[in-house]
Amino acid sequence: MTTPDKEHAIRQLRQMLLIRRFEEKSAELYSAMKIRGFLHLYIGEEAVAVGVLSVLTAKDAVVATYREHGQALARGMSAGSIMAEMYGKKEGCCLGRGGSMHLFDAATRFYGGNAIVGGGLPLAVGLALADSMQGRSQVTCCFFGDGAVAEGNFHESMNLAALWKLPVLFVCENNLYAMGTALRYTQASQDIAAKAAAYDMAAAAVDGMDVMAVEEAAGKAVAHVRQGSGPYLLECRTYRFRPHSMFDTELYRTKAEVDEWKKRDPIEILADRLVAAGLFIGGERRDLEQEVATEIEAAVAFAEAGTWEPIEDLTRFVTSEGREA
Amino acid sequence: MNEPKAMKATTYREAVKEAIREAMHRDQRVFLMGEDVGHYGGCYAVSKGLLAEFGPERIRDTPLSESGFVGAGIGAALGGMRPIVEVMTVNFSLLALDQIVNTAATLLHMSGGQFNVPLVIRMATGAGKQLAAQHAHSFEGWYAHIPGLRVLSPATLEDARGMLWTALEDPDPVLIFENNTLYNMEGMLAADAGPVDIEKARVRRPGRDITLITYSASLFKCLDAAEVLAGEGIEAEVIDLRSLRPLDDAAYLASIARTHRVLIVDEGWRSGSLAAEISARIMERAFYDLDLPVERLCSAEVPIPYARHMEEAALPGVGSIVATIRRMMSHG
Repeated sequence: MTTPDKEHAIRQLRQMLLIRRFEEKSAELYSAMKIRGFLHLYIGEEAVAVGVLSVLTAKDAVVATYREHGQALARGMSAGSIMAEMYGKKEGCCLGRGGSMHLFDAATRFYGGNAIVGGGLPLAVGLALADSMQGRSQVTCCFFGDGAVAEGNFHESMNLAALWKLPVLFVCENNLYAMGTALRYTQASQDIAAKAAAYDMAAAAVDGMDVMAVEEAAGKAVAHVRQGSGPYLLECRTYRFRPHSMFDTELYRTKAEVDEWKKRDPIEILADRLVAAGLFIGGERRDLEQEVATEIEAAVAFAEAGTWEPIEDLTRFVTSEGREA
Repeated sequence: MNEPKAMKATTYREAVKEAIREAMHRDQRVFLMGEDVGHYGGCYAVSKGLLAEFGPERIRDTPLSESGFVGAGIGAALGGMRPIVEVMTVNFSLLALDQIVNTAATLLHMSGGQFNVPLVIRMATGAGKQLAAQHAHSFEGWYAHIPGLRVLSPATLEDARGMLWTALEDPDPVLIFENNTLYNMEGMLAADAGPVDIEKARVRRPGRDITLITYSASLFKCLDAAEVLAGEGIEAEVIDLRSLRPLDDAAYLASIARTHRVLIVDEGWRSGSLAAEISARIMERAFYDLDLPVERLCSAEVPIPYARHMEEAALPGVGSIVATIRRMMSHG
């Protein structure tokens, strides 16, 4: 691995720290009953969102899953608008209509927040189809988990995107478990990147715990897509350090396995590399942590100060304004 | 005095095709995609010839991936296109139900008003061609249950020709159900026929004695029944709902206020049907206008059978409509 560019690497470290601390805070607020519904934490997988989104431009589109706080933050949505959304407040990115699983943001072309496993893939194909038909050289980046690979929508979407040579970057976040069932119990072949061959699609697998490796692989992938060579499947091999959701007792994996993966914490891998290269010294880590803590504190304060949408607005946005529901 | 309107002979199939052609010419963002819409010319030949006229980018054959290409239609709509997605039959649309219900119908609300989905999905529906239990059902009523969708049921040539463009101008997802027995229907259509409203029900035959509420191909069964009954001195008013969601309540309630009797004819199954919903609304809002209970004629609660006599027996028909009305009228 080459020596990291200091400014860029520290920005990525900061993003990963922001995601990590934001979610630790979210878990705390869930226990305090400030956040309800389902809450799926991304902790451990931060390098995937940060590495991949580093290579996108503002014009590109992002489609994500119900475990999308990381993507939303890395895409540039404000921590305050996401926290307020999880509080169910009107100041949330979706006015409190979506919650943790359904973050959307037109300004950053963030198309959810899709909580039907595999459901976002056809959407990404369509967004890319629109770009292709209108002659725009934009990329649609679609995140999904290893569980989605078993869905028909995965195969239908891979085929459609490859058939029509659409600018889609498919990013599989393979954390080895579809909720609580290991991939080995659900997939005849566990080599997800290899499945792209069936659709004559370019693909690669990468260590999803190493943000520099993810960025490099995503850079190659997105260059392929952007130059019109068709879609690309990037499998990021990663691991979720926390339970699937706040209700998961983790009967399906051992503490030893989790601890083994935690030795490969994406934040520490990058921090160690910066230290080894002599780029990260003394109080810089502490300063970063402080900055992130301040940002999260502000986000929580923003959510706390937020307001509730009036009940009279319940049926708004079922159909576009001015239309009868 | 106005000049008499120039008319031309056409079919329901041609009317739908003209509507697609017009939309393709009017708006470069419009394209048609679905199974066999291009090289085959459309399962029901609706799009025959359009591939040569508009090319494969805009008359886009898809693989047999209903969920995939309906979802792609949703994405393309979000991306600024105006897709017309053709699903071969209503039964196949169940393979795309997740995308229609969980995505198309929810995105605007879930996103707090940020992302609307201007998508039109057309599909063939209905029994009557001996296509049996996996090609011939009527799930319009199911779709009409879903907030966030607009559900249209064009029965006439004017509506087959005119509803599509209006639907494409709608900011939200619109489902258009074309009954497969209507494609060959012939008739005269104004040469300058164009877009029509997609909000209002229409009185297709006025009458003072009883209100018949129906939609799609059952409209013509009701009109035939009304003709028979007219010979017996019974004047039935026939209302074509046209839009199944939202329902034009005012139209049928106004009719019931005049006739005081109502029969709903719906090719869906009776239990939990659109007819049940309309019946409930009448109870809620017009109970004291009624001289006798609301009645419904729906399909028998069986998967649609293949054999012709059995299929006919499963569906509301002119005979059963006439018999039901005679019985209702005999109550004074």
